[in-house]
Amino acid sequence: MNTSTAQDISEFVGREYKEGFTTDIESDTFPPGLDEDVVIALSEKKNEPRFMTDWRLKAFARWKKMQEPVWAHVNYTPIDYQSISYYSAPKSDADRPKSLDEVDPKLLETYEKLGIPLSEQKMLAGVAVDAVFDSVSVATTFKKTLADAGVIFCSFSEAVQEYPELVKKYLGTVVPSGDNFFAALNSAVFSDGSFVYIPKGVRCPMELSTYFRINAMNTGQFERTLIVADEGSYVSYLEGCTAPMRDENQLHAAVVELVAMKDAEIKYSTVQNWYPGDEEGRGGIYNFVTKRGACRGDNAKISWTQVETGSAITWKYPSVMLEGDRSIGEFYSVALTNNYQQADTGTKMVHIGKDTSSTIISKGVSAGKGQNSYRGLVRILKGAANARNYSQCDSLLMGDKCGAHTFPYIEVKNPSAKVEHEATTSRISEDQLFYCKQRGLSEEDSVSMIVNGFCKEVFKELPMEFAVEAQKLLGISLEGAVG
Amino acid sequence: MLSIRNLKVEIGDKKILNGIDLSVNAGEIHAIMGPNGSGKSTLANVITGKMEENISGTVEYQGYDLLELDPEERAREGIFLAFQHPTEIPGVNNIYLIKAAVNALRKHHGEPEVDAIDFLKLIRAKMKLLEINESFLYRSVNDGFSGGEKKRNEILQMLMLEPQLALLDETDSGLDIDALKVVSRGVNSLADDGRSIIIVTHFPRILEYIVPDRVHVLLNGKIVHSGDKDTAHDLEKYGYTWVTERINNPSEAVA
Repeated sequence: MNTSTAQDISEFVGREYKEGFTTDIESDTFPPGLDEDVVIALSEKKNEPRFMTDWRLKAFARWKKMQEPVWAHVNYTPIDYQSISYYSAPKSDADRPKSLDEVDPKLLETYEKLGIPLSEQKMLAGVAVDAVFDSVSVATTFKKTLADAGVIFCSFSEAVQEYPELVKKYLGTVVPSGDNFFAALNSAVFSDGSFVYIPKGVRCPMELSTYFRINAMNTGQFERTLIVADEGSYVSYLEGCTAPMRDENQLHAAVVELVAMKDAEIKYSTVQNWYPGDEEGRGGIYNFVTKRGACRGDNAKISWTQVETGSAITWKYPSVMLEGDRSIGEFYSVALTNNYQQADTGTKMVHIGKDTSSTIISKGVSAGKGQNSYRGLVRILKGAANARNYSQCDSLLMGDKCGAHTFPYIEVKNPSAKVEHEATTSRISEDQLFYCKQRGLSEEDSVSMIVNGFCKEVFKELPMEFAVEAQKLLGISLEGAVG
Repeated sequence: MLSIRNLKVEIGDKKILNGIDLSVNAGEIHAIMGPNGSGKSTLANVITGKMEENISGTVEYQGYDLLELDPEERAREGIFLAFQHPTEIPGVNNIYLIKAAVNALRKHHGEPEVDAIDFLKLIRAKMKLLEINESFLYRSVNDGFSGGEKKRNEILQMLMLEPQLALLDETDSGLDIDALKVVSRGVNSLADDGRSIIIVTHFPRILEYIVPDRVHVLLNGKIVHSGDKDTAHDLEKYGYTWVTERINNPSEAVA
């Protein structure tokens, strides 16, 4: 690489985060600290039934005995769990808004700034949105259209009140409360999130979407999402996330559980743009998330698509338990690390039923001093006859101070399995850059085009609105341009 | 259009270009011929901006000091290079790149983005001329293209971008005779009074289809002979040694 290319790339490393504003809003926040009383207070605050309080306390008891995992290829100063506040909600929510008209205008403004209009006139066409601000859901759009189809889409708090039987039946069945350190913490203190239930045979009439926003200082966001697709149903769900720029690190430990019954399909897409920290590596979100889906019935399908451009540290392995025969699991991922960002992300595909198949396409882009690791497990159990897996992990490096790492784990207990793994590492070549420039494209546009081309196999899996957003986001993350 | 004065490229002790003087007027087609290692590609790299260091001398293009401009600025001002080895860009649709390029040029000239339907109509017409299949547009840029397809793709881009100064770097190499005719037809369709074309080649054959106004022979980084289109025939007949002999013994040279 000659000096001019090295310089081109160093210019792209200066990025700005356009969602970095804070909203000055009165909030009801717990003092920092965590013990049983905090868990009980939180449960009381949310007026939860007994089973929820007990469930939380059990999770908390487990968490206290667990150690924070150290196996991920990431470095960070230890988190002081007693310095975090475990609940923060906009004060106006004390008496919950009955309709969007009652939502604090400042909140609506925040979402407008993020490009997610919640007001009835400007709703995103064909996309129902649940907006989660710090710890609570502030608005859900299109409730009536969805209700007509029999679809339940509401905040988790609301689901606990309105559909306690459904929550009780499925909560923790995919990610048990003691699954891992962060999942246990989440189970104890999760404050809100989204709940979706698609009844038998229903194709959800629109995309469902949740936008998560961390606003308050020194708080953690622990949301929980539970999506149940009953027999023969279909749903496509989108998740977006942003946070203000702050010098302190903030913890985001979410849990997402998906349940797909016989012949059901769930498509779950994420565009994660949490604040990544500044170019010196100060601040940013610690994104320690457990996402897992279970294909409970035959012919069920779960597809995860993620575009991870934000967060100081990402620790996340959206996985699929392929329990039903002929069930299908897919994982499509783009993870970008720039400056001092670190990502350790991948998937687990656990083949349990017969004739199950899984596909893993992972694209890692590293720039600046970013460290990007793919970690994936393909496990074929003894009873999973004729299981198939195809994995492809490609890494793209920009500059010479970043890193890409691949940790594939393959465990096969059935001899009829077919498992393929391909991996490549490449750099943006000087020839590609010059070719684009010779056609009149600026350096930034050239890099953006080449990187988007590299990620194309993943982007084409995203719903259209998201694909456009993801491409732009990738451009912004690399260009240092203010949007 | 283009005026090159005493252009030298020296890397360490090695003189790659050793004092090139060349003037190309609007409407002219020039051919630069020479054996491998004579400096032909370096000359193209200097004009397009791929090479930016170890250069002395001046290159003036339409009133600009060309060496001061970035490669993309040169492209936007109408300089196009048909690459000898077009690079592959996986995942980027050919049509996407061409449209982005057309719009980059339009933006530079203060024009609005091209209308999608007009663009498709135009590119289809150009593809027909070059005998290119529609699927070409939706494949990744040069990815998995044969040598001949890559060259046609370069000419397609050239026709869409309508450059003022087109440089064809060994566009003929690797083409069979039919493909050479088709590509030449494309190049000739661009030629007019306002544009200049520089063809860089080893072989005289392409000059049977694209007739040059001037032919320059490049040897060891220097233009050793310039003549009219017949120079190409002489070269074919007698080879590059003829030129060398002519330099060494001007009186005995074959006329």
